[in-house]
Amino acid sequence: MAETVLKVENLTKAYTISHQGESSATYSKSLRESISKGAKAISQKLLNSSSKEILNPHSEEFLALHDISFEIKQGDRVGIVGRNGAGKSTLLKILSRVVEPTKGKITIRGRVASLLEVGTGFHPELTGRENIYLNGAILGMTKIEIRKSFDEIVAFSEVEKFLDTPVKRYSSGMYVRLAFAVAAHLEPEILIVDEVLAVGDMQFQKKCLGKMEDVSQDEGRTVLFVSHNMNAIQRLCSKCIMLDKGRLVGFSNTQDIVFQYMSGDFGKTSPTEWINIESLRRSGSGQVRFIAIQYSSLDESVNFYPYSNGAINFVLDIESDEARNISRLSVVFYDRAGTKLVNADTIKIGQQIFLSKGRNQVKLRIDHLYLNPDIYILGLFLANPDVVYDNIESAFEIEVIDRVTESLGMKPEIDGVVSCDLQIL
Amino acid sequence: MNDQNIAVQKELVIEAGRTEKQYWKDLWRYRELFYFLAWRDILVRYKQTAIGIIWALIRPFLTMVVFTVVFGQLAKLPSGGVPYPILVFAGMLPWQFFANSLSECSNSLVGNANLISKVYFPRLIVPTSAIIVSFVDFMISGIILLALMAWYTFIPDWRILTLPLFILIATAASMGAGLWLAALTVQYRDFRFIVPFIVQFGLYISPVGFSSSIVPEQWRLLYSINPMVGVIDGFRWAILGGESKLYLPGFSLSLAFVFVLLWSGIWYFRKMERTFVDVI
Repeated sequence: MAETVLKVENLTKAYTISHQGESSATYSKSLRESISKGAKAISQKLLNSSSKEILNPHSEEFLALHDISFEIKQGDRVGIVGRNGAGKSTLLKILSRVVEPTKGKITIRGRVASLLEVGTGFHPELTGRENIYLNGAILGMTKIEIRKSFDEIVAFSEVEKFLDTPVKRYSSGMYVRLAFAVAAHLEPEILIVDEVLAVGDMQFQKKCLGKMEDVSQDEGRTVLFVSHNMNAIQRLCSKCIMLDKGRLVGFSNTQDIVFQYMSGDFGKTSPTEWINIESLRRSGSGQVRFIAIQYSSLDESVNFYPYSNGAINFVLDIESDEARNISRLSVVFYDRAGTKLVNADTIKIGQQIFLSKGRNQVKLRIDHLYLNPDIYILGLFLANPDVVYDNIESAFEIEVIDRVTESLGMKPEIDGVVSCDLQIL
Repeated sequence: MNDQNIAVQKELVIEAGRTEKQYWKDLWRYRELFYFLAWRDILVRYKQTAIGIIWALIRPFLTMVVFTVVFGQLAKLPSGGVPYPILVFAGMLPWQFFANSLSECSNSLVGNANLISKVYFPRLIVPTSAIIVSFVDFMISGIILLALMAWYTFIPDWRILTLPLFILIATAASMGAGLWLAALTVQYRDFRFIVPFIVQFGLYISPVGFSSSIVPEQWRLLYSINPMVGVIDGFRWAILGGESKLYLPGFSLSLAFVFVLLWSGIWYFRKMERTFVDVI
């Protein structure tokens, strides 16, 4: 029975944000008043530790983490996912003791080593060799431990030839490899890794993931891994925690959490209903925007649901700031892991769409949607060769059903991703 | 599976506002970091220089020459029968140590912001390693003093054996002031401008270029509040021997002030430590 190595109870972290006050009021105050107010404020601040918030009408309390509780057992590999700003890095910083919590309690059993940034403490003027010692010491290794693992670290990082050149001459790839190599040999009981794999090529990422796998499987260490790379998370982690705006919104197996993460702000949608996508998270210049969308398979017998090999119609409500010709409008189907499966892009049929200023309705039809029954995530994309107008990566969930078995009242088998037209001749 | 290695580990509890008894144990656990941070700063200083470590000797030597000419030859301040360069140097040695410590310490936390915001270790190590670097400089300058004494064939008497005591007091003064300034600079960057000014000003009100005996009686006690007065006078008394006198009331006052500075410095630093990351 694996024991608990990390227990978090009701963890909260609050920050004070100050806002610019009304400056006009201060000018009318006398100098004497301003000085005495200032002196009072300074002496108050000097004698107060700022964990006791000094109430100020122009400051606001921001909760980076709100009442988080979870437990992690020895040998677990747990992924932590969430949008930017969800509180992942703050959580890691608190677990690494870099930041103090405002409320709550954390119990840790074992040594923690964090890799919150690649090359923490690396000094550009020092050589690779010197930086290995420095970085190792900063991360908590003793000189003896570093010397013992020195050769392994150098071998893992593959920078042997450049060991005695100042690190400022390294390429970014070498830099990252060296930094990770040191951290990988830390031998802590709990290893916390924060999005550091975002830098580095495929081969390096595979190597690092492999090392983290080894470390937990063979040596029984616990790994906490934050990443936006769903593939990496799925490969390494069996369980995931999902954070959203400082709250814990999910803690279960990776498959479910990844799907929850990819699904975006909308849940499941139904055909023939207008879906308002005006305020969804998106990127792009914004000169042309998707406002709403409606889809239907035009087959009443299946309640207009899209079905394998069947046709699907889309009606898109698009707003443009001026009259334009659009060369690329695409509707994209993604699977649960975020893999792009179908890109229905108008550029492939070589037809442009004309939009007038204001609101437009564009109708699209896919004659045969060759996807097996499952729940997919829809993305929308609008661009011209020189500029991307609107890009919503995960707008909502769309369900594709099996028409045949559905009408027979049977449950379909999920089998493969792509479907096809089959006939017996 | 190496379950044996991960056997019963001591539990660590992190909670808001919990007084870290852990802290002092951590300082011991992270003791190698003192060495590594100081080593890094010294190494980096002389990287890509042509004459490297020799700079550590040239600087104090040149300052000593300038002071001897200005205060000794031009201002003709009395030296009490001792070669003027040695009088100056005996005062300059602790002063340089204190001044360097102050400047390095106050910027140490801000300068290591990238470390402090990403890794855990007892933050006290950062300003302390800055003081260690200044101490290394101090030792190197000590070599010049030995060279000077050899040049003037000046043999110090038994009082030189008390020198380590004064070195200890100098370190305590540097630590106390350094910790205060390090913690304050994180919150109020004004101190970046205030510290060089204090150092400049301090040079003239401390008995570096002159001997304390020229300070008139009625100002003696007030003048002794400056912690470096006690230290520098002590250094002179230990190194120069003979004529050099130690004004006891003033010295005791200085000493008391140094210890107040040290304990309050540690107290303030520990108090503000948990907010460093948020403010830095």
